[in-house]
Parts: sequence; structure tokens; C-alpha cells
Amino acid sequence: MQYPPRRIIGMLRAGELEKVFASDSLLNCVACYACTAKCPRGIDLTGVLLPLVKEQVLLRLPEMPAELQKALENKLRYGNPMGESPRKRATWVKTAGVPVRIFSEDPRPADVLWFVECYSSYYPRGQQCARSLAKLLHALGIDFAILGNEEKCAGECGRLSWERGLYTTLMEYNMLVLSKYRFKLIVTSCPHAYDAFRYRYTALNFNYALMHFAPFLAQHLERLKPMLKRKANYRVTYHDSCCLGRHSSVYEEPRLLLQAIPGIKLVEMTHNRVNTICCGGGGGGMWLDTYYKAKGYERLSERRVKEAVATGADVLAVACPYEISRFEDAVKVLGYEKKMIVRDIVELLAEAMEV
Amino acid sequence: MAGNVWVLAEQWRGQLSDITYEVLALGKEVSTALGVDLQAVLLGHEIKGLTQSLGKANSVLCIDHAALADPVPEVFAHALASAIRDKNPQAVLIPLTNVSWELGALLAAELEVGYVNACRDVRVGDGKLQVRSVLYGGKMEAIVRPEQSPAILGILPGARPADQGRVETAPRVEEFAVDLPGTFSIHWKRYIEPEAGDIDISKQEVLVSVGRGIQNRDNLALAEDLAGALGGAVCGSRPVIDQGWLPLSRQVGKSGVVVKPKLYVAAGISGAPEHVEGMKNSDLIIAVNSDPQAPIFNVAHYGINADVMDVLPALTEAVHHRKEVKAHAA
Amino acid sequence: MKIIVLLKMVPDVVEELELAADGKALNTEFLRMIANELDVHALEEALLLKEKYSGSVTVVALDAPEVDDALYTALAKGADQVLKIQDGEGTLATRAGAHRLAQILSSVPGLLPADLILTGAQAIDDLDGLTAPLIAHLLHLPQLGIVTKVSVNGAAGVAAVLREFPGGVRGEYEVKLPAVLGIQAAEKPPRYVPVAKVRAAMKSQTIQSIPAPTAADGGVGLLQVDKMAKPEVSQHAQMLQGSPDEIADQLCEILAARGLV
Repeated sequence: MQYPPRRIIGMLRAGELEKVFASDSLLNCVACYACTAKCPRGIDLTGVLLPLVKEQVLLRLPEMPAELQKALENKLRYGNPMGESPRKRATWVKTAGVPVRIFSEDPRPADVLWFVECYSSYYPRGQQCARSLAKLLHALGIDFAILGNEEKCAGECGRLSWERGLYTTLMEYNMLVLSKYRFKLIVTSCPHAYDAFRYRYTALNFNYALMHFAPFLAQHLERLKPMLKRKANYRVTYHDSCCLGRHSSVYEEPRLLLQAIPGIKLVEMTHNRVNTICCGGGGGGMWLDTYYKAKGYERLSERRVKEAVATGADVLAVACPYEISRFEDAVKVLGYEKKMIVRDIVELLAEAMEV
Repeated sequence: MAGNVWVLAEQWRGQLSDITYEVLALGKEVSTALGVDLQAVLLGHEIKGLTQSLGKANSVLCIDHAALADPVPEVFAHALASAIRDKNPQAVLIPLTNVSWELGALLAAELEVGYVNACRDVRVGDGKLQVRSVLYGGKMEAIVRPEQSPAILGILPGARPADQGRVETAPRVEEFAVDLPGTFSIHWKRYIEPEAGDIDISKQEVLVSVGRGIQNRDNLALAEDLAGALGGAVCGSRPVIDQGWLPLSRQVGKSGVVVKPKLYVAAGISGAPEHVEGMKNSDLIIAVNSDPQAPIFNVAHYGINADVMDVLPALTEAVHHRKEVKAHAA
Repeated sequence: MKIIVLLKMVPDVVEELELAADGKALNTEFLRMIANELDVHALEEALLLKEKYSGSVTVVALDAPEVDDALYTALAKGADQVLKIQDGEGTLATRAGAHRLAQILSSVPGLLPADLILTGAQAIDDLDGLTAPLIAHLLHLPQLGIVTKVSVNGAAGVAAVLREFPGGVRGEYEVKLPAVLGIQAAEKPPRYVPVAKVRAAMKSQTIQSIPAPTAADGGVGLLQVDKMAKPEVSQHAQMLQGSPDEIADQLCEILAARGLV
């Protein structure tokens, strides 16, 4: 990265910001909050300064990277970056194996509104995670419902990849939809949605109670633990996601959940907790891999998988939908298919419930 | 008296395109059902030698003019319109390719009659034409009845097999002299040939073709791996070439190359008509697409409704494995 | 240099298409409309030409669901003026649409003469015609379709135009202006426009609304649509089931049987 945050601030002071705008190094920023976490002055670099600089960089590029352009256009039009029909967002429910209530079909109040998000709704691999979490919620007797086809991307990646207009549009939409139903708590399986709701939606007076599924399930650990019967004879290492971990300091709950699985061995990577290394999906990075590759940059996800494999673990556990596809890709590219598999925590828990 | 059925014999750069015979086969069915003659219409300059294979038709109407030496659509439309006004056919079937693209619409406008675009079939019922036209990228069809005479129909490639329409005898030739204005607003300059690609995909026995469904340039490697394992080459549909992921020489379809390999793997290709016309005659077509409604599944012999990124590597590995087993057994 | 872009809305096929009760048209309940992809390319080409040769770009569209969105987006991308014609036809009337457009272009003061009229070479709902050739004929202008490159020699009043032929071959023509061109692909992919810019356009700019022309649609309505249906297929692929590995094995068997492996 030619212009890391510290240098950007220096250039700003020296009145030389145009050079930064003309270089495309800011496209490398994956909004991982590492700089924000380190800043001794607590400046919100990730949320404010970097998106602003990134916006200027993108506006000056002769051509916007095609994949990113498509993802942003799709988010605006269809509420998901894949460009799938909004009317297919809840299709996964049909094969969930347990009842999943959809608010638009049954608008009675619920204890929990589960905000599923795009990757868990549309990607086959993400849908497996959605089904796992549905099973867990059902087993715990939680009274929950989802927005189904009314749900649209929370918009966080739009915002942190600079697209404020897109973000505002999605935020306004989601606030409207949320106001239609009554629930006590929003639980989300996506740390990026969590990040958006907690820190950005406050601009529109978002004041619903909010939790990521990890702390939520950890609250129910007493009742969950006896259900986890199947012994796990593997070693697992947990990847701290940036939004959940570094930004919101949720470190121990995912580990507590994993350790509740009988027989499991938890090992730590060198860079863990606040020092975690991003999978590279945030800030638009999810759709810039081709761009990076053309420039010869190493993918962060590959770097991280190497570290995971070095721990000797068999399973790389994650708690963010981006990480599943990014790490599984990296595992394939690096040729580690026989050494390591990638699983979401909910998948491991659901698996442990089966006898 | 009811007029004949006309088929425009598509002449380009001094040769007749294959689609000419497809449309002749279709035209013959229609003219027979209507009880009238089938006439091929040939436009160009110094084209009399091209009538040899038009035997499917009862006769050929030759419109030879110096101004028709160059591929200027309006001039062709004007000449054809003159002939139509003079001879009053009841139906005019025009091949719908890049060569004759605008002709049908221009003709219909000039003659103030109806035009049906993107036809894949024409039948006759109660002495009336019933035309089946492709819509929405292949997701729907409309069945329409042109009400005026002549009915101008734009026929998509693949309506009938070409060998059904190819008869190696020259039918009776009729000449039509046409008046064309001396000056035109469109001047033909030249052809620009495509850059010589590293390979000619029309000569490959195995092709692994990628479309929008591969999502990004990186996934091209998956197709390349499979092509390598099968001893073939990679090609693609238009969007992939437009993005610059593959050179123009690898484009299959309306504006690209027509291929007929032994094996055509369509990965992440929806199957819109513009692409299908370039590969529909492949011996074995295997389609992989995550959309179960993708029109490609109506063309393929075998279909897989799954993620391209999962299936391609699995297949590559299976092929390698099988080859190893064979090698060891030998 | 003055450029007019003709834009139309077509069904968005990302959504499942369903038939209306009478079986002759699409069910519009969940139908979404999107700007015709090649018209967006035509707009991009127009904007690129404006950047190169300076001038103005006017976008004209028939009223249809979601057309406002497309028109504000055009403004945000850099179009100078956008016009919406009231009382647009339904989705299957390329011909009627072209007639309306031609009447409007001729009757609204200040629109014509333009140097170039650009529109997409085709659209997914072109049942009874193609817009570019129809407009050209009605306005007595030369036209070329399947165009991928345009350069203008303003002084000589001509444009050099590249048109696609089969097999990757292209043809170069010199076209006297004014002319109508059916664009197959703009020279660059259609640009991204920040949503904030579109929202700003919605607040600060206006779409000029033009009442429908009163003259009769000469020569249209010549097609009787009997029925619309999902494609009748004489064959459908045999679908293979299972995990990717299982499918790979099945495919290997099929290929081996044909000596391909």
C-alpha cells in the first residue's frame, strides 16, 4: 500500500492529497479497523477518513473495476450484491428442516428478529450456515422470525467502500421495514450488518436491541451445552472477524461456544483477537480480488489460511459469511484441501447436536 | 392469386451462409402448406454462380446491381422492397444474422407491413401463418399471426437443419432489374479482419466455454484447467469478451465464431439466442448453470444446476484421475 | 455536436417471468422493468462522444414503470436533458414505440435536427421491429446497426462507423450526418454513477414530460399475438444430480463412453 493511513494524514497536512487520489492504493483498504484500533487519538479512520479518500480515488479511475461496479449496482437494484431476485431471498427457508417464520406472512410480534443478510440467503454455502443457525434457534425454543424477501443488504460494505448514496438508500429502506414489525431484539449472523446497525444506523435513530449470534448463543450456553452430544475429535482455530472482534471487542463468546463442543481442541493463531488479520472481504474487497490479482497483490485470505494451517488445526472456524467463501477459495488455491476445512461456528454447533 | 414464399439467400463476401439452407428448408415447408412456390432471392453483384445449391427452391430471383457489391443494409432493403412490390410474395423469410440484421425491419417500414423478429419456427394453420418468436433472452415465446401481405419474418439460426434445405441443383433463374439511386448516405469502406488469434476455435474438438456466470477473470483458470485436462481450448460468450477476459477470436455466437466441436461445455452461460446460434450443432453439449431456468438447458444434452466454480474443478480432477487410472492399467 | 439517445424499459429477467391470465402477455404484478442494456450502451457512447467532441446529449424515453429512475440516472451520468413521453405503449410494441418517438422527435421544437440519434441495436422485447431502422426510415435518415465504434468528422459532416459481422469481422463505413445508429457495444463499459449523484439529480433536476402525440399510428398493430408461453422445447437436457464430485464422476462416464476421456 503506497499510502497507508499515517502517510495519508501527512499528505493532507502537506496539501498533497491529489497524489493520494491519483494512486489507487486506497482500493487496498478492506476496512479492517486495524488502524482505528491502533490510533492513539481514537480517530475513526475506517469509518470516516478512509471512505472519503477512497471515494475520490474511485471517481478518478478511468474505469471502475467491473466486479465492484456490478456488486454496487446489484445492491441498489436487488438489495444483494449477487444480482439475484429479491423474491428468492427466503428460498433457503424451504429446506431449513425446521420452521422459520417470515414476518410478511405472519406479522405477529416475535422475541427475536433474525437479520440473515445476503450471503447466508443466496450462496449455497451460506445457506448451509443459515440452516444451521435455524436449527440451533429452534432447538433452543427461541421465538424468532426473519424479514425474508423484504430484507435487503444492510449496506455496510457500500458505505465503507465509499458509496454513501447507496448506503443511505439501503439504510432508509431497512429502517422502514424494521418499523413495520414488533420484536425485542435483532440478532444477525453477519458482522458487517451488525457493524452497520450498531455504528452507522444511529444516524437514523436506530435504537433496537442488537446482538451478533455469537454473544446471543453464548447467553443460552447453559441450555445449549447439554444438546451438544457429538464428540469432536478435531482441532479448531478461530478466526476473529474484524467487525465483530476489533471493532466491537467480541472475542470470547465465539470461543466459549466452540469450547462447549465436547472433545474439541481450540488452538490460537499467532495473530488473534485484536491483532487478527482480515480475510480481505470488507470495504469492497469482496469484489476486488480480480483487480488485486492483476496487480500482483497477495490475497489477505491466503495469508491468513497459511497462518491457520501453521497452527496444526483441522478446522478453521469463522463467524462471518464473507470468510467462508474467501477462506475456502484460499484453501483450494493453496492446495490445502486435505489439511483444513472451513466451517462457521453455527455449522460446528449444529453438527455437534446430531448424534 | 396468393403470392409465393420468398427466402432471402444470404450472400456475404461472395458466399452463401449456412443459414440460407436452414431458412430454405423452413420456407419449403411453408410454401408447400400454402400451396404456392418457394422462391429464393439472391442479391449482390456478379452472383449468378451462387445458384448451384439453391435447388430446394422452385426458382431463384437474382437481383444483380453494382451498388449491391457492398454490404450496405439500406441499399439491400431498397432493392428487395422494389422486387416485393413488383412480384407480391405473401411471405418473405429473412435470415437473422449480423449480415442481414436490419433488413426485415427496414423492409417492413418501407412497405408498411408487419415484421416478426426473432422467429424460430413458422407453421401454417387454416391457410394462415403461425409464427413462433423468441422473447426475453429466450425465456418466453410469442405465437403471432401476421395480418398483412407480405409477412416479413426474421428467422433465427437453427430453425431447421441446414442439410434439409441444401439441394445441389440450380433452379430456374429469374432476373430482376432494380433501380437504385446513384448516391447514398452510407459509403462502404472496408472489412477489418479479427486479429489472428493463437488458435482457431472452430477447429477444436473440445471447447470449454465461459459466460457471465464465472463472475470474474480469475475463474477463467478453472475453465483453462478443464480444457487442458480434456485436450481442448477455452472460448466464451460475448460478455466475457467485452470485459476483455478473452480475445475476440474466442467469441462464440452471432458476432463471433460458429463452432461444432465434439464436446462443448457451457459454463455459466445463460443460453441467449445470440450465443446458442454459435454452438447449437455441437455433438455433445454439457451445460453448467446455477439458474435452473437458464435457456441453455433447452439446448444442452446434459445439464448441471450447480455452481460453476464447484463443478469445473471437480470435473477436472475426475478427468485427471481417470487418465491416470487408464495410464496405469495400460 | 447534438446527440439524441432513445431509451426504453424492458422486462427485468432477473425476476421469474410469469404470464398474465389471458396468456398473451406478461403478468405485471411482480414484473420489474430495467433500461434496455444496449440503450445504456448507446447512452454511454453518446456521453463518450460528447466528451470527445463537446456538445449535448438528450435522452428520450416512453413512459413505463421505473423509467424515471433510468432518466435521473442518465442525468447523473451527464446527459443534458431528458424527456419522457406520456402514455407509452405496453412492452411488446417496438414498432408503435418507434412511431411515437418519430412523431415526438419531429414535433417537439428544438429536438431535431440532431447530428446523431443513438439507440441499442436490439432489445429483448423486440417482437415486431427494431427501433433504429424504424426511426431512421420514419425520419428519412441513414442508419446502421450492430455498431461498436463511432468517430465524427464534424467539418465534413460524416461519421466513421464500425459495424459487426460474423466471425469477429468488422466493417467500416462512412455515414453522412445526421444519422441513426444501433449501438451493440459502447467503446467503454457503461460508467458507474454514484447513487448520491442520482439522488441529487432527483432533487435538483427535472424530467421534461411530453404529452403523447395525437396523430394516428400509421401502419402499426399488424401483429396478432395469439399466445405467449415458456419456450416449447423439443428437448431438455438430462439433468445430472448429486454433489460436484458425484456429478464429475457421472460426466466422466459419459465422456469416456464417447472416447472423449
